[in-house]
Amino acid sequence: MKLTLHVWRQSGPRDEGRFETHRMDDVSPSMSFLDLLDMVNETITLEGGEPIAFEHDCREGICGSCGMMVNGVAHGPDDLITACQLHMRSFEDGDEIWIEPWRADAFPVMKDLVVDRSAFDRIVEAGGYISVRTGSAPDAHAVPVPKPDADRAFDAAACIGCGACVAACPNASAMLFTAAKAAHLSYLPQGQTERLERAMGMVATHDEEGFGNCTNHGACQVACPKGISVDYIARLNRDLMKATLTGVGMEGSGGD
Amino acid sequence: MRRVITLYRSSVGKKVAMAVSGLILFGFVVGHMLGNLKAFESHDGVGPHPLDAYAEFLREVGYPLIPEYGLLWGFRIVLLAAVGIHIVAAVQLWRQSRSARGKGYRKETSQVFSYASRTMRWGGVIVAAFVVYHLLHFTTGHAHPEFEYGNVYDNLVIGFQNPLVAGFYLVAVGALCLHLYHGLWSIFSTLGVQNPRVDRIRRPLAAVLSIGLFVGYAVVPLAVLAGILT
Repeated sequence: MKLTLHVWRQSGPRDEGRFETHRMDDVSPSMSFLDLLDMVNETITLEGGEPIAFEHDCREGICGSCGMMVNGVAHGPDDLITACQLHMRSFEDGDEIWIEPWRADAFPVMKDLVVDRSAFDRIVEAGGYISVRTGSAPDAHAVPVPKPDADRAFDAAACIGCGACVAACPNASAMLFTAAKAAHLSYLPQGQTERLERAMGMVATHDEEGFGNCTNHGACQVACPKGISVDYIARLNRDLMKATLTGVGMEGSGGD
Repeated sequence: MRRVITLYRSSVGKKVAMAVSGLILFGFVVGHMLGNLKAFESHDGVGPHPLDAYAEFLREVGYPLIPEYGLLWGFRIVLLAAVGIHIVAAVQLWRQSRSARGKGYRKETSQVFSYASRTMRWGGVIVAAFVVYHLLHFTTGHAHPEFEYGNVYDNLVIGFQNPLVAGFYLVAVGALCLHLYHGLWSIFSTLGVQNPRVDRIRRPLAAVLSIGLFVGYAVVPLAVLAGILT
């Protein structure tokens, strides 16, 4: 396959950045998208240039690090996969491909396609945990969990924190991430104790980090490689309303 | 009150304010449409037209327990407050989202669910501009060529005999119904309703209500242009 790639190049957080065009002649349809970038980088290195920086780790769709915009779509054209699971057979010979980093002010570009997603870590720190005594693991059946709740919690826990929801959202909102991280705890008995403080803290941090707000477009759900549903956002909204209107947030974390 | 303010400070709280004020305005839009349909009620030529009588009723309802215009102004104040909250929250939310993505994408592929969701902001501006014109047209009469206070039916027919006026009305009502289609669907999520049985009917419910409203509003100017209402 012959492809023309337009890749975003930015030497550091302060650099203005620009697109760089690469023409690749011998692209195999069985290559993964990251293999393609590796191939481009080999050419660049042989020519003495600086290779394209992109994040990658597991290359099997579970670490969440390889996010990038491919032709304006988070993780590229195929559904329910990350960029590393995207294969060149999803493109046509002669295609032009635009490759850009996630765009959100809360995700500053560090270099080329690498963005700093630590705003997500701070949202999790603001409530995405449960306080329990550690020690030996309790018996699996010690706390009964209804199967439907376990399934819903697990579906939310499938979030890999890749940031595709933010990247795809017209408002650059991280509500799907925040809602998923709250819901995988709020469906379980262990998550009930701090449930309302969690909603308060996580939404407050979400706003402080400079993400946009949810206008129910649903682009996040379409972009999510793990197919996480926007229904979790409704659940987080309800918890937040309950927290503020019952006064939980007054003395809890992240209140006013 | 402090709790409501705490809620409003978060982006979710502003969405809740939009949902609640939007719901009030939706209630008004339904009532207004039903009132408009009185234009089709048959009139025997004696006494005021049923639409005029209905307008009179709105001015006098509750009298003498409450003063004339009392309930009408009560409603107007509630509606004005709802419009104010809806617009202020919308502007604040829009500013938050606009500053969340300083630099956009070179190549954009829209993945959003509906055309309606993408046009909420501009659609809202069109509706707001229309409401101002509509009040000057049929309530105060400043934008009406032959306005006569109290003769609601005559004002309506004369007003809509101008095809430009009727056309603008249809465009604005179309924008309103598109706005409501996304708004009615969104309300459930914003107010935290998540029940699989409700979820199934959310889309169809929003579609039926917004199309129903469009038809209910559009028939009036169309009937005037077609010469059915004279």
